[in-house]
Amino acid sequence: MKSLAELAAIREKMKDKVVLREGSGDIRVVVGMATCGIAAGARPVLNRFVEQVSAQGLSDKVTVTQTGCIGICQFEPVVEVYEAGKEKVTYVKMTAEKADEVVEKHLKGGKVIGEYTISAMNA
Amino acid sequence: MKELSLNILDIAQNSIKAGAAHIGILLDETPDTLELSITDDGCGMTADVVRGVTDPFFTTRTTRSVGMGIPLLKLAAEQTGGSFSIESVSERDDPVSHGTAVRALFYKNHLDFTPLGDVVSTVCTLIQGAPDVDWHFCHRFGARTAELDTAEMRAILGDVPLDSFEVLEWIRQSLLEEYAGFDTQ
Repeated sequence: MKSLAELAAIREKMKDKVVLREGSGDIRVVVGMATCGIAAGARPVLNRFVEQVSAQGLSDKVTVTQTGCIGICQFEPVVEVYEAGKEKVTYVKMTAEKADEVVEKHLKGGKVIGEYTISAMNA
Repeated sequence: MKELSLNILDIAQNSIKAGAAHIGILLDETPDTLELSITDDGCGMTADVVRGVTDPFFTTRTTRSVGMGIPLLKLAAEQTGGSFSIESVSERDDPVSHGTAVRALFYKNHLDFTPLGDVVSTVCTLIQGAPDVDWHFCHRFGARTAELDTAEMRAILGDVPLDSFEVLEWIRQSLLEEYAGFDTQ
């Protein structure tokens, strides 16, 4: 393994942050990671969300989690965005590039990207 | 699946769902073969269920009646001339020592061998999804080893969760560094 001393340094740095995280999680990004999602390319989508939420400084407000099969396998990779007091948004056929856009416009800017949602697929 | 590492991600999710506290992912590689084993101490399965899981029309899921994870891995191994096995002891049969072990042997030089792919991303994804599980990942190839033991990390990290971005990034870099040695052997 890489130097464990670096982990100790991370611990020092994170001390204050851990406390901050307690009252957080206004927005929940849920990525479908069952066989169907994984085969369709959910892994890079999830990893991009994890990376970008941190890079854009959204860690206090956004949590990224995984779930099993959502039941709409033909639309995988599927990403659901839950926000208190708002209707759930379901993004379908996601890619890492679309994830960048969702972080920028939706999670940061508060604007749902209609054309990537499941309602656009049904229309 | 385009990469074996995606099969690994998929199968290890079953271990998470089985409530495992410890999950091991071992890869033993030679110039000709790759042996994968995924072991957990989760709730296990009864003999009937174990017989059923290699059947693609068996699943515990309620959204759809087809489960593809295990059959896909079995196929990926057998299509290289390799083999597949699954053993399980259910919590009901043995409340102390239970869990599941999945093993697959691949012949790497076979035309139908699926490359391992980005196994580092698989490990990071698994830890991000189940940061409270103790993960042991170990890939041996000749004299080289890439290894990660989250119990060891946790002893240093204390309260800092494994799914903190900084920690996940440390894991990624740590494994990538070890894999860099694989090319030079």
